[in-house]
Amino acid sequence: MEGIGIDIYDKLMILSDSAKYDVACTSSGVDRRGKQGSIGSAAKAGICHSFAADGRCISLLKVLMTNICIYDCKYCINRTSNDTKRTAFTPSELAELTVNFYRRNYIEGLFLSSGVIKSPNYTMEQMIKALTLLREVYHFNGYIHVKTIPGADSELVTRLGLLADRMSVNIELPSQESLKLLAPNKTKDSILRPMGFISHKIQENSSDLVKFRHASKFVPAGQSTQLIVGATPDTDQKILTLSEGLYQKYRLKRVFYSAYIPVAEHTLLPSVDTKPPLLREHRLYQADWLLRFYGFKANELLDEQTPNFNLQVDPKCNWAINHLEQFPIEINKAPYEMLLRVPGIGVTSAMRILTARKSSLIDFAGLKKMGVVLKRAQFFITCKGKVMNQLKIPSDITLKTLMSDQHKLLTGFAEQLSLFPDPPMTREDVSQCLTEQR
Amino acid sequence: MFDRAEIVYEYDGSFEGLMCCVFESFALKEIPSAIRTPSDQQSLFDTAKWIETDIIKSDRVYKSIAAKISVQAQELVTLGFWTNSPQKELLIYYFLRLGYKHGSKVMSMLTDDTVSTLQKAVHHLTSESHKFKGFVRFSVYDKVMVAVIEPKNFVLPLIADHFCDRFRNESFMIYDKTHKMALVYQGQEAKLIDIDELTLPEVDKSEVEYRRLWKQFYQTIAIEERYNPKCRMTLMPKRYWGQLTELGKDEELYNVSEKQQNLSKQAIRSFEP
Ligand code: SF4
Repeated sequence: MEGIGIDIYDKLMILSDSAKYDVACTSSGVDRRGKQGSIGSAAKAGICHSFAADGRCISLLKVLMTNICIYDCKYCINRTSNDTKRTAFTPSELAELTVNFYRRNYIEGLFLSSGVIKSPNYTMEQMIKALTLLREVYHFNGYIHVKTIPGADSELVTRLGLLADRMSVNIELPSQESLKLLAPNKTKDSILRPMGFISHKIQENSSDLVKFRHASKFVPAGQSTQLIVGATPDTDQKILTLSEGLYQKYRLKRVFYSAYIPVAEHTLLPSVDTKPPLLREHRLYQADWLLRFYGFKANELLDEQTPNFNLQVDPKCNWAINHLEQFPIEINKAPYEMLLRVPGIGVTSAMRILTARKSSLIDFAGLKKMGVVLKRAQFFITCKGKVMNQLKIPSDITLKTLMSDQHKLLTGFAEQLSLFPDPPMTREDVSQCLTEQR
Repeated sequence: MFDRAEIVYEYDGSFEGLMCCVFESFALKEIPSAIRTPSDQQSLFDTAKWIETDIIKSDRVYKSIAAKISVQAQELVTLGFWTNSPQKELLIYYFLRLGYKHGSKVMSMLTDDTVSTLQKAVHHLTSESHKFKGFVRFSVYDKVMVAVIEPKNFVLPLIADHFCDRFRNESFMIYDKTHKMALVYQGQEAKLIDIDELTLPEVDKSEVEYRRLWKQFYQTIAIEERYNPKCRMTLMPKRYWGQLTELGKDEELYNVSEKQQNLSKQAIRSFEP
């Protein structure tokens, strides 16, 4: 086919290699049917097209427009002071690649980000050009996630947002102090302002859509952000409280957590041979899930005395062990919210229990038949007033060991949860990896 | 010993045929111990009773499911028929007996063996079909796109709408090698057809280039420090790998281009003085 230059391989390699540290992998949040004369659609639950060797879902063609960058964020491989090969896609190369991957069903769409070339505004204009070409000339109706460039004019943010399904502004560092030290060109304000602007635009747009049927949609799949874990001394409590605030204040759809992988030697950063804190990242994903679907508050999970998660036990178990006075609960009577707080019982199991309760009283054998895993739940429940046969309630300490999940943890799967964000029922396939949160 | 209760039904393998088995059983007040198709394994001594497919009868049964049990039960039975559950016919039959007895309540009897087995089988089907929305790989042959899949369950009816909608202006075929059926979409029209064997033509150069680009991307996007083959295997078990471009062997993917390259090399050589 015409249009594939010899160096497109190199470009793709460089620009996907430098984009891979952005962990957002979902294509979720919006349902859109196909259109006559267009190619593509979007599925609300998101679709994984493959899984990479690190176990992460591949859903979108994740690339940078360019890895040239005038900024010098210390934790980033694209920082201007890093000696690395630089290149850029032309808008048509990018559009051609996206559509051809899409036709072959390799991907759900595009995830476009960019280093800052010349200026934030100039960079945004390049991205707008590429997406306009894709939407209007190639009639691409699939999913697009785009990252805005902090510091760009709001008018450009608006134009970009009308072309994309989801938009993100990455906070990366969880505190103002860390930002000052490690990302000297960014301020809390330059990140939070566009975030606030996008959230305002989304709300304004939803009322426009009610008023004018043909108003075009501004990022219908909402906005998300990413926080780096382990590059700075910020505690889990600080991170989780920040996330909670972001969900409430800016109505973010997702906060992604990315275990810091050392890419540079710097006195302010962990040394280059530091292993990425994958287990800690995983605990944050679990806690995030508890905030969004299980009715937990950040301050129920962590406080000043214990500002970091227990790496041996998952956050929900940890909460239950510290609140034994609320257990055991009776499976046939407990309200949904309380069922959800039992270790080992997830949204799917809780819903099944509600359904099955309608036709008969449930006993332990029945729970098993319904697919409820009792290994951990057994210590926290009764069925028809009875505890499980021959169950000895262990002391706190042994209970904690029994609940430990560290040995079976597989890293890199936590973000897979994001595949099935909205109807949590479909999460079952992925929870195979995440046995402790069923 | 002669056992009068050993009744075996044989039907043509269609959903309508199965509905007629249900009809027969209720009309004659007899309970079959097996329901099978002519291609199923037969034990030496059983003599099966052939059940003729009759659209009027099957329609009556099908409608009665919604009327006497529920619309959800009707859907569960339809989906159940596409699962690869062993003896799915008998399972569906037992489920319907329970349903006619208990009415719509049957759908919440999750602790019952029949109900939970059928629900699990259907769940396996729907989650496999969700996976295939992502795992289907098309090869582009000029104007037509072709994909081959090897699912355990019969997923084509469940993924048809997704692909026909998404690629509404294209012409494509998804061939299910396991069930020897294909979904063919052309000129805005979709059909399911039987195909015993499919031989694909050679792919062209641009197809090869995109395969190579995709494989390149696939390999680059993994983060080395997070290498976790076990997790990948759980989320994408090996049985899917055979038809995935990114995991295929280079020789298979790039076959054609090598041939073409050889040709062009030869051509160049022949021009050498
Ligand atoms: S602005 Fe973005 S691409 Fe540039 S150095 Fe900072 S994080 Fe990296």
